[in-house]
Amino acid sequence: MNSSLLLLGLLDGITQAAVLFLVALGMTLIFGVMRILNVAHGSFYAFGGYAAASASVYLASSGESLGAALMPLLAGAVVMGLLLGAIIEFGLVRRILNMDPAMQLLATFAVFMVLEDLQRLIWGVNPVSISAAVDLMGTVKVGAVNYNAYQLLLLPAVAVVIYFGLTLSLGRTKFGRQILAVTHNREVSMAMGINAKRVGLLTFCIGAILGTLGGALAAPTTSLVPGIGGDMMVLSFAVVAVAGLGQITGTAIAAILIGMAKAFAVYLFPEVEVLVPYLIMVLVLLWRPEGLFAVAQARRV
Amino acid sequence: MAVRFTPWLIAIAALVLGILFPWLKTPLIIALSYGFAALGVSILIRAGQVSFGHAGFTCLAGYAAAAISRTWPATDALVLLLAGVLCGLVSGAVVGLFVARYRAIFFGMLNLALSMVLFAVLGKFYHITGGTDGLRLERPPLAGMALERAPFETALLAIVAVLVVVACWAIRRFYAAPMGQALIAIKTNEVRLEYLGLSARRVFWTGYVISATLCGFSGAMFALIQGLVTPEMGYWVRSGEFVFIAILGGAAHPVGAFIGALGFETLKLVASAVMTGIWQLVIGVVLLILIFVAPNGLSAILVRFERRTRTV
Repeated sequence: MNSSLLLLGLLDGITQAAVLFLVALGMTLIFGVMRILNVAHGSFYAFGGYAAASASVYLASSGESLGAALMPLLAGAVVMGLLLGAIIEFGLVRRILNMDPAMQLLATFAVFMVLEDLQRLIWGVNPVSISAAVDLMGTVKVGAVNYNAYQLLLLPAVAVVIYFGLTLSLGRTKFGRQILAVTHNREVSMAMGINAKRVGLLTFCIGAILGTLGGALAAPTTSLVPGIGGDMMVLSFAVVAVAGLGQITGTAIAAILIGMAKAFAVYLFPEVEVLVPYLIMVLVLLWRPEGLFAVAQARRV
Repeated sequence: MAVRFTPWLIAIAALVLGILFPWLKTPLIIALSYGFAALGVSILIRAGQVSFGHAGFTCLAGYAAAAISRTWPATDALVLLLAGVLCGLVSGAVVGLFVARYRAIFFGMLNLALSMVLFAVLGKFYHITGGTDGLRLERPPLAGMALERAPFETALLAIVAVLVVVACWAIRRFYAAPMGQALIAIKTNEVRLEYLGLSARRVFWTGYVISATLCGFSGAMFALIQGLVTPEMGYWVRSGEFVFIAILGGAAHPVGAFIGALGFETLKLVASAVMTGIWQLVIGVVLLILIFVAPNGLSAILVRFERRTRTV
């Protein structure tokens, strides 16, 4: 393996990790507050991507500026995230909070099935792609490699900003501290006067927007086809499971680990590329069944 | 009507319907073979665990049957079915060693991830697995006789019908046995189970192996009736359908899985006529309704009904 291939793998890994982190962060945030693993989270990613593509088509302005290419992505993601998040939280998630974990998993799985068909009904089965933003940002030269600036600069920048924005606002703002309190102990936080329902609704929407944003930002770099939702759901679960459910910094590290491993596998062992994330997950879970960064919890007898 | 007669009723009704209306044979065999896989899933539901990856076992068994049939073309259908069962047993035993440690979210998602891996591998290694087109298998001889299509299907229907009764009886015994009771205890309180001196992981592993074995039979039977195996057999949608059947039928009695499977197949026939292209949507919505309205499924209603009539 020569040095330029190594560099290419490294750069691919960074861009993959950025998207993976956004989506997995939404999943882990929702789990932290609601104690529900949202199986439909992969569909949020797919819907975000398709919404961004539709928004790009409808909002296409005459000016070929970068802002005009990026704005629809953001708008599509936020609108779609709020819509899906609010409907699903209000219509379903808050009604299954006290159910058996298996039933909760089943309920979000049912939502996943519904969304998968809705996606096919709305956007069809033909691949959709929008690449205006990537074309407009041009390429940057890193060593001997030309890499497009959108993937190399914008995606990681968004991921980093969101990571620091989220960790800071969780620790420093009133609402962030309410989220942490509900995450820590729902009942006690409610006794302290926190409106856990409101916190749940807002967290679910934020989580959904993170998922749709991941999809929207990834949309210009890939083609959208049926099935990407399911693939992303399992992939982001792999990240979240490796990190330990509910761990934010852990999710960032796990996303980098899995993104890098996946990118290098493309160059080294292309046949097993799809298997790499799962192999990492299985190995980590064999070693630490709760994930790498999980905090020990007391058993309830 | 007592719930213990329902397996007989299903078997006889399936045979009669299949012979009266020959076009019903294939859907009936497929429905009942789904029932076996759903029965496997419902064993784990009794332990409070939902697997979104059991179609992986049916898929693996189907491919095993197809591979054997292609390598040794004269292999008997009964041998192929047995091979499917063994394939489910062995793969379940190995995978079970790993997943029996996990519960709830991790259990469901690990099963899903493993089945997705299998799906991806089957699609990727084109020269061995035929890629997404899958593998075709010729109609094998049955019990030493080379049969035409119609008698072959009738014979398969008879086998499935008999095995429905056998499986319901055997799994009923298993539920009543100490091991089956311990399995329910995993749902109620695993720690107390350990205090009783039983290894929860071992109990759950046993349940897992039985469930994978049932899926193995289901997969081999499905491969025989279709004459074709594809990676779709192991896709998460199929696993979701098994879970749907298991929830619809309920885990209160093994016959629930078969009632659920017949209901599912009817729904599928209606949906394919009336609403094409939104099949998953229909299942998803019905599943959501079931979760809120009848989380214990149809067989719970039957069992409750029987208890009531007995006390009167």
